[in-house]
Amino acid sequence: MHEPILQIVGLSAHYGDFQALYDIDMTVAEGEVLAIIGANGAGKTTLMWSIAGLMRNGADQVRYRGEAIGGLRADQVAERGIALVPEGRQLFPSLSVEENLIIGGQVGRDGPWSLRRVFELFPILQERRKQASTSLSGGQQQMVAIGRALMANPDLILFDEISLGLAPVIIRDIYQALPGIVGGGMSAIIVEQDITKALSVSSRIYCLQEGRVSLEGASDTVSREEISRAYFGIE
Amino acid sequence: MEWVNAIVQGTLLGGLYALFAAGLSLIFGVMRLVNIAHGDLIVLAAYLGLTTTIMLGMHPLAALLIVVPLMAAAGYGLQRGVLNQTLGDDILPPLLVTFGLSVIIQNALLEAYSADPQKMDAGVLETASISLGGLTLGVLPLLTFAVAVAIIAGLQWTFYHTALGRAFRAVSDNQDIAQLMGLNRRHVFGLAMALSLAVTAVAGVLLGVRTSFDPSIGGGRLIFGFEAVIIGGLGNIWGTLAGGVILGVAQTVGAKIDPGWQILAGHIAFLVILAVRPNGLFPRMT
Ligand SMILES: Nc1ncnc2c1ncn2[C@@H]1O[C@H](COP(=O)(O)OP(=O)(O)OP(=O)(O)O)[C@@H](O)[C@H]1O
Ligand SMILES: [Mg+2]
Repeated sequence: MHEPILQIVGLSAHYGDFQALYDIDMTVAEGEVLAIIGANGAGKTTLMWSIAGLMRNGADQVRYRGEAIGGLRADQVAERGIALVPEGRQLFPSLSVEENLIIGGQVGRDGPWSLRRVFELFPILQERRKQASTSLSGGQQQMVAIGRALMANPDLILFDEISLGLAPVIIRDIYQALPGIVGGGMSAIIVEQDITKALSVSSRIYCLQEGRVSLEGASDTVSREEISRAYFGIE
Repeated sequence: MEWVNAIVQGTLLGGLYALFAAGLSLIFGVMRLVNIAHGDLIVLAAYLGLTTTIMLGMHPLAALLIVVPLMAAAGYGLQRGVLNQTLGDDILPPLLVTFGLSVIIQNALLEAYSADPQKMDAGVLETASISLGGLTLGVLPLLTFAVAVAIIAGLQWTFYHTALGRAFRAVSDNQDIAQLMGLNRRHVFGLAMALSLAVTAVAGVLLGVRTSFDPSIGGGRLIFGFEAVIIGGLGNIWGTLAGGVILGVAQTVGAKIDPGWQILAGHIAFLVILAVRPNGLFPRMT
């Protein structure tokens, strides 16, 4: 087991009076792909936002390469090498496809990813690079969202439901591209509703249920029964 | 010919109004902040210009070299120190705070300069004119218009062809996601306010050369700026120039009909356009 790149310790999160996460503990090893599953409203997106610096957390609740980053702003977290592909893609409508990618690289980290390499990964984006990002199909927009995160040359990349609302062939294409993305030593957390997909791409899996971790295990050993129990909370 | 003259003079006056409007539009576009103090900041810039010309014996246009950076720095400080704290889901706090700022600036100017009208001395530039096809055009209004066009072209270029403009647009689209891209929105907002007040500085100095001013005239300049922004269409930079020109022409043509109608004619043109095209003539196309 490598050094953990990310350690989450006793993390909680609130929206006003509503508590969305309770006492989450989680680790991601260097180079590991971790999957997170859970029903709608379980707190998966909230957890991604907490890691990325978009929620208000206690500094020690999120540690990245040994540094307490829970209290940092999202731009400071990004500078340290964590990138998020947000749920629902969230491209900038006022920016062209190319500008959406360039702005992802603005944190100024060195690494293998450049505009050219993103275009190699998703050639269709090169053809459409001058277009408004809103003119793309859902799948193409997802490619931009992934490319935008890669442009930051992150060491840890967070994917929040990259297949949501996309046609099966597109999902297949995106998942086929995934090994080429995380293969280079990048660590990843993948939030995925499709449990089979989640198990096939990850080495370990966490299940969230109503803001708590209900299951943690190695992806090749957890049983379907354990997962359904953790997912739906049926005892 | 008199009518043509009124239209041409109104067009040139519109350049000044476009400068009033550009800073207002920029701030609204980037951070959805309606800056009630904008008119008073224009007047403040005029007074800073006045002080610079008197103390350093400079020509008003040369004073821009001092007033523009000063206003830009003040804008950045104001945004980071005060206005950022008021921004959020509720639109009321920034309105109240900028209204308060407007009162503070007016009173401070009254204390410092009294209520007496002042004017900057631009020498021969004030009276110089050229004849063009039977029309006599003042060099100063022509210069003002040219400066307005250049500034608006520069803003347009900044917005669509620079990293700063990309950051403005991204933060305007989605503050959280922009923050994920390593942009600190508080800093980006500071830069937007700095740019806005730099434009305001030029507007204020040109105003102070063109007409006399006193601490109370900010409100009127704010209204002209607003009207130009809304006529042109929110979020459209070139639209502010069109809006300024339409307002300027309405005023000079109105004054031609009856000198007392100048301001009223502008307001009527604004209302008519608002009734026919509620989003302005050239709303942003996205
Ligand atoms: N901005 C918000 N304000 C208030 N409550 C929120 C907000 N965002 C999320 N919540 C609540 O927090 C809980 C967790 O939401 P979250 O979006 O993290 O779930 P999720 O697991 O990502 O769900 P989904 O599968 O639907 O994306 C839900 O009960 C949700 O209603
Ligand atoms: Mg979610």
